[in-house]
Amino acid sequence: MNFIGGIIDGVLLGGYYAMIACGLSFMFGVMRIINLAHGALAIVAAFGLWIIADRWEYDPFLALIIVLPVMGVIGWVLQRGVLERSARSGELIPILSTFGLAIVLENGLFEYFGADVRSLAPYVGSLSYDSFDIGGSYIGELAILTFVAAILLLGGLQLFLTYTPLGRQIRATAEDPDTVELVGVNSRFVNSVAAAIALVTVGLAGLFLGLRTNFDPYSGSLQLIFAFEAAVIGGTGSLWGTLRGGIVLGVAQTLGANIHPEGFLLAGHGVFLLILVGRLYISGPTLQTFLRSKIGGVFRAS
Amino acid sequence: MSLLSINALDIRHGLLQAVRGVSFHVDQGETVALIGANGAGKTTLLRAIAGAHRVSGGDIRFDGSDITATPAYQRVAMGLALVPEGRRLFAAMTVEENLQIARASGRKGEWTVDRVLETFPMLKARRKARCGTLSGGEQQATAIGRALMTNPRILLLDEVSLGLSPLAVDLVYKSVEYLISTGSTILFVEQDLNRALKFANRVMCMLEGHIVVQGNAKDLTREQITDAYFGHKRRTQSERAS
Amino acid sequence: MPLDSKITIQRWTGLSVGVAVAVAAVFVILVVGPSFLSGTALDRLTVLFIYVCLAAMWNALAGYGGMISAGQQAFFGLGGYLAIRLSEWGVEPYLALVAAALLAGLAALPISAIVLRLRAGEFAIGMWVVAEVVRLLVNLDPIIQGDTGRSLIALSAFDAAQRRDFTYWIALGSMSVMLAVIFFMLRSRLGSSIQAIRDNEEAAASVGVKVAATKRIIFMTAAVGCALAGGLWLATFTTFQPRSFFSIQWSAYMIFMVLVGGIGRFEGPILGAIIFFFIELWFGSAGVWYLIVLGLTALVFSLFLPKGIWGYVEDRFHVLLLPVGYRVRT
Repeated sequence: MNFIGGIIDGVLLGGYYAMIACGLSFMFGVMRIINLAHGALAIVAAFGLWIIADRWEYDPFLALIIVLPVMGVIGWVLQRGVLERSARSGELIPILSTFGLAIVLENGLFEYFGADVRSLAPYVGSLSYDSFDIGGSYIGELAILTFVAAILLLGGLQLFLTYTPLGRQIRATAEDPDTVELVGVNSRFVNSVAAAIALVTVGLAGLFLGLRTNFDPYSGSLQLIFAFEAAVIGGTGSLWGTLRGGIVLGVAQTLGANIHPEGFLLAGHGVFLLILVGRLYISGPTLQTFLRSKIGGVFRAS
Repeated sequence: MSLLSINALDIRHGLLQAVRGVSFHVDQGETVALIGANGAGKTTLLRAIAGAHRVSGGDIRFDGSDITATPAYQRVAMGLALVPEGRRLFAAMTVEENLQIARASGRKGEWTVDRVLETFPMLKARRKARCGTLSGGEQQATAIGRALMTNPRILLLDEVSLGLSPLAVDLVYKSVEYLISTGSTILFVEQDLNRALKFANRVMCMLEGHIVVQGNAKDLTREQITDAYFGHKRRTQSERAS
Repeated sequence: MPLDSKITIQRWTGLSVGVAVAVAAVFVILVVGPSFLSGTALDRLTVLFIYVCLAAMWNALAGYGGMISAGQQAFFGLGGYLAIRLSEWGVEPYLALVAAALLAGLAALPISAIVLRLRAGEFAIGMWVVAEVVRLLVNLDPIIQGDTGRSLIALSAFDAAQRRDFTYWIALGSMSVMLAVIFFMLRSRLGSSIQAIRDNEEAAASVGVKVAATKRIIFMTAAVGCALAGGLWLATFTTFQPRSFFSIQWSAYMIFMVLVGGIGRFEGPILGAIIFFFIELWFGSAGVWYLIVLGLTALVFSLFLPKGIWGYVEDRFHVLLLPVGYRVRT
């Protein structure tokens, strides 16, 4: 079993997970909504790229020029048409709305494209199987490209949020949507922009998904689960956390795959649940109060 | 014509009627104090004027136009700024960022980040500090500064002395004094009667959603105000009736 | 208001007494159903009972517990799998079915320790992950043979008509028992706790409501109900295929039934299940379009009629059919 190779593969896979997770995390951070249609939307983007590549013979990377803005518009419309309205009924209804939307999207894609699996790999020459030979292990070119793209994406988003006025408005709206209106920020507009940005990242993730693997109309569910797991492992609402979480997930999965044929999924889910339990119980009130009573002053705030 | 004019305003807070048929006006350059016990409806009234709370009856006019249905962020763009109760700063953002964000309203004027820091010198050293780490007085200064960054025509202050040490309150009111001296229009809610009477041209006292006493600060006696504040007048009237 | 005016708190109104009598009558008719209904009708009713059970369970979780689960298929599938497993070990098939459901309820206990601390959307997907994990673990059992599945062979000991009757009665019984459990839960002190948690969890905790324990009870009850439904589905269609029993489709159906019928009301899921049953009967063969319409309906209801049909009717006409709440009578 090539242990080192497995870990490197896992880390690079983490780059992809960071990409698909950051939109989910971003939307949750700003609007407190978990978009259950997140995975389905990535598949929509993948199919969009596929159609352009297949019918008009465009390089999928070039096709992004069309697909990414379209995804942005979809994000805007999604926020205005669905998320805003459903959020008014409380925090539970948006879950149902986005779930319904996911069902519509998946089955709509099936209706239009059928059950056949597709891939974007045939349209990018040899990128999907070229690899570098590094000390005996073969590291895929695509995997490295994906990882680099993820870093650029996360970095770019972070810079945007930190240094631009709109970025500041997004951060403020995320923190306190009521007060932000009192300082002159149109929170409706800000939320729509945030949704658009989130979906643009989903579009990008769709590209790299289609290049890495086959996809069909129902692949979205699994992508949603991976995105969720990566986001939660890394700490929901944190951008660089999605990279941390993605790497942990990716490494767990690739090592698990080496142990058992079903190991890929089981190891990933297993690690996720373990970390979830660990985090819930270590940060839970019962353990904290226990520690405080036993060790007393050490934990008292200075 | 008044800068701000409130007519027969009714505001509900859930099922409770928080403000009943309130009417008053604030003219350019005036400083008006709004006093009253907890639960009298002062904060609800201020929030409704700023657009953060729905109005169920009556209207609000600002500079002649009816803003009753205008969204809060647009009122800020028109020149109406509220410093909310409890400061409500963006704790994860720095002082500078909190000030910068108020530029969103797009109003041009004399207030810039530097000018705010000149007015509240204690903040100069804390410019890059996260607001969650500031002291109460520093937070209040930042909150007022943030409202000032919108270059408002009228400034609404909701209990700026709340939760602050007496020294901090003094410092805050020093800057309020400065603002008054430069001709700003201010409507402020204050629990401390002394300060209210000291700084205001006019005083309004609220009780259970009504304005029970209005008048120039120098014309009203302390007795009149305390009676209105606690509703003494009402009780003696009904005692006389029974 | 003068203090000596008569104010009574009542649970039963004239209308609800009438309804209760009607419900009892319907139940009796259903029990003797096999004596006059055709085989097809019995099969269809069995499916309807399963749907009602699923909808009532999902509503208990979401409408009463405030927990939106996208993973109840975990227990649906677990019920089917455990029924097969027990049957392989020699337990009578129908007994295995019920025992499987109870075991699934037990399995819900450790699962609850993990997922109940999650909020809203995280809980929804968290349960989805749990369902996936259960599916993968079930797949590891050699008797399941991967996606080919496995039949509940022991059922062939009964002839077709007997099997149909027994399955029908157990389905009717399961649905009735689960509905009764929910009904009495709501009328008890637990019901007030549930209401309090749903309205404001923190406030409820501050007045001493045992939030975690209440949620856990609801969670385990829902697990048993969904597992019963899974076992019954297996008994009706005889083959257990992990992919179909653990499919997210089941969550989609449950969400549809409860959203359309009326979330958080007792009668809502029953109405929703009936509506879903007929839609499936008439349009189920339309393939994918049927699912698109389901999803679209759920979406539209969530945006414009979040309280569902029954919720709308109850609010508009102030009708309270079954005595789960209190009324002030002056």
